[in-house]
Amino acid sequence: MSKPIIIRGGRVIDPRNRIDGVRDLRLEDGKVAAVSERPLPLDGAEEVQAGGLWVTPGFIDLHVHLREPGEEAKETILSGTRAAVAGGFTAVAAMPNTRPVNDSALVTRLVRQRAAEANLARVYPVGAISKGLNGEEMAELGALRDAGCVAVTDDGRPVMSASLMRRVLVYAGPLGLPVMVHEEDLTLSAGGALTEGPRATRLGLLPIPRSAEVVMVARDLVLLEEVGGRLHIAHLSCAASVALVREAKRRGLPVTAEAAPHHFTLTDEAVEGWNTHAKMNPPLRHPEDVAAIREGLADGTIDAIATDHAPHGVMEKQVPYAEAANGVIGLETALPLTLELVRAGVLGPVRAVELLTSGPAATFGLPGGHLAAGAPADVTLVDPGAEWTVEGARFQSKSRNTPYEGRKVVGRVVRTVVGGRTVWPLEETR
Amino acid sequence: MNAFSRRSLLTTEGMSRHDVEVLFGRARLHARGLRAGTPLRSLAGRVVANLFFENSTRTRLSFERAAKALGADVLNFNAATSSVSKGESLVDTVRNVEALGANIIVLRHPAAGAAHLVAGKVRCSVVNAGDGTHAHPSQALLDAYTLHERWGTLDGKTVAIVGDVLHSRVARSNLYCLTTLGARVVVAGPPTLVPVGLEALGAKVLPSIDAALEEADAVMMLRVQLERQKESMFPSSAEYARAFGLTPGRARALKPDAVVMHPGPVNRGVELAPEVADGPANVILEQVANGVAVRMAILESCG
Repeated sequence: MSKPIIIRGGRVIDPRNRIDGVRDLRLEDGKVAAVSERPLPLDGAEEVQAGGLWVTPGFIDLHVHLREPGEEAKETILSGTRAAVAGGFTAVAAMPNTRPVNDSALVTRLVRQRAAEANLARVYPVGAISKGLNGEEMAELGALRDAGCVAVTDDGRPVMSASLMRRVLVYAGPLGLPVMVHEEDLTLSAGGALTEGPRATRLGLLPIPRSAEVVMVARDLVLLEEVGGRLHIAHLSCAASVALVREAKRRGLPVTAEAAPHHFTLTDEAVEGWNTHAKMNPPLRHPEDVAAIREGLADGTIDAIATDHAPHGVMEKQVPYAEAANGVIGLETALPLTLELVRAGVLGPVRAVELLTSGPAATFGLPGGHLAAGAPADVTLVDPGAEWTVEGARFQSKSRNTPYEGRKVVGRVVRTVVGGRTVWPLEETR
Repeated sequence: MNAFSRRSLLTTEGMSRHDVEVLFGRARLHARGLRAGTPLRSLAGRVVANLFFENSTRTRLSFERAAKALGADVLNFNAATSSVSKGESLVDTVRNVEALGANIIVLRHPAAGAAHLVAGKVRCSVVNAGDGTHAHPSQALLDAYTLHERWGTLDGKTVAIVGDVLHSRVARSNLYCLTTLGARVVVAGPPTLVPVGLEALGAKVLPSIDAALEEADAVMMLRVQLERQKESMFPSSAEYARAFGLTPGRARALKPDAVVMHPGPVNRGVELAPEVADGPANVILEQVANGVAVRMAILESCG
């Protein structure tokens, strides 16, 4: 067990416990031991001066592709969790579209074991909905849950069969597993490469209508209302989808949603010049969609900011746009991109932190996400005014596929603590 | 984006009227040289590589003829028999071709933006001979040249582009080129094949082919890709011909001096009735002949 830590004089932002003020924080035995408005005695602890810093619960990312097992050239659980803690994330949910797919307890256990060996961020495996992501046969959801999966998804692919989707909601509901969905009607998106609009027409990229996402959101909300369960909608990207989720929540349906930083900071303009580092699925949208996502983040329609961190190598990206792999990395840029919304007046600091902490924790029912005494000692220290320039080459991730290369950003993670142990900066660099 | 960056021709978007007119001037010289059997051999000793990752007969032959007429050595590359089928990437392939001594790479590729990607990875010049549904600048320039030689100017003229605009790089490149030269462009086609946002690119979308033909000084019939029928983009070739084809009846309704163009190859009886394809209004073979002179001017400007 590591030495106790006192984090002194920082601005503690703990949305779940309605704290936003200068506090001392004591971490001991892997838990938050005390939060105090008055200075805490050092009492043998390591002292961390946090004046001028934000002290927040460790960030939680519900949507990360760690690529292990199977595509270790792009990312491993070690490199991916290094990227996580560099970005202030103390926990990540690992998507199942690995090779082999995480559709069995065996793969789930492997992911957990590798994460334990890496010993950086907590890794919560997410199991597959269907065997091999084939969209046909239900995976062993009970076994996946028992092995430690916190949700199920076929992410990267939609569940095209409405019948399977309905049965999964019915079956996963009593297991307490959120069903996380990638909403895309493949018959509408087929052959397309960019959101339908003047830019897609000009660049000669076949259009993906926004209805490809929206009709599936509508379908799944209808199914949810009929059979219950727990629906979580991944990477919401269209204005009309936000409106549907808002209305469903108003009616009390058990739905949650996440949005990715690229969908609230970029439009399809970033694709100009066939920039494959701006290619992801769902694709970048139009300014009115970005505005709607921002509104959804502010008003509670969207519960969590999730990066959809999707590492790819040069071979997948240095090709013509239509042939390039979907996905961008996001763990190491999520904080400053979220803070752009604070500076723009879209989110207050407390709401911004909530979207990175207690929002995602509640969505998947995870421990952490807050700093009350007894909570896991997962803490992120942020210098909210630090200016830096995004340089993929300096990332901890093995991959460099960021659409933000060269962007000047503000806000930097200066320390990440998991279970009371400082994991960022990395031990070997300290 | 520059139309000519490092003396490459990637698109007609953003090309200045002056650049186009200078090019036409050179094309006129080359046309004269070709007719007289004394072409200007201004690329003697240079190497032009035709890299075609997509089937094409006329464009490849036209570029080959143009390069040889200029005295260049020509390398022809056939994607089907190359190391591409062994998994070599496009970027590796073009770097190898450059290392062989190519001064100009003429690239045809099924993906939009391919020529742009290649131009960023090699030092030699790149001529886009068609990239997916994005651009086909040499076709647009030869189309505009054909009209320019007939009319003396495109100012105040109306050109109708009819058919599958969604999948047409020819339509996009023509739209920029024609409007730059002062023409007005109207578009008509099956509503499933008219993409969103054409107005923002400078075209006027009309509700029917008849509305478009009524105003046209020239009509460009786009080739129908018959496989689109399988995607239910339109119900059948017969219905396409009736609703969007240039039938003899529609040809009679054209302005008396209007010309009929087609980038080829023609689906006779679908977008063009056979009588029209062979009729006096069409300039299709003139387009082909002009293509050589215009491509000579393009290669020369890149060489």
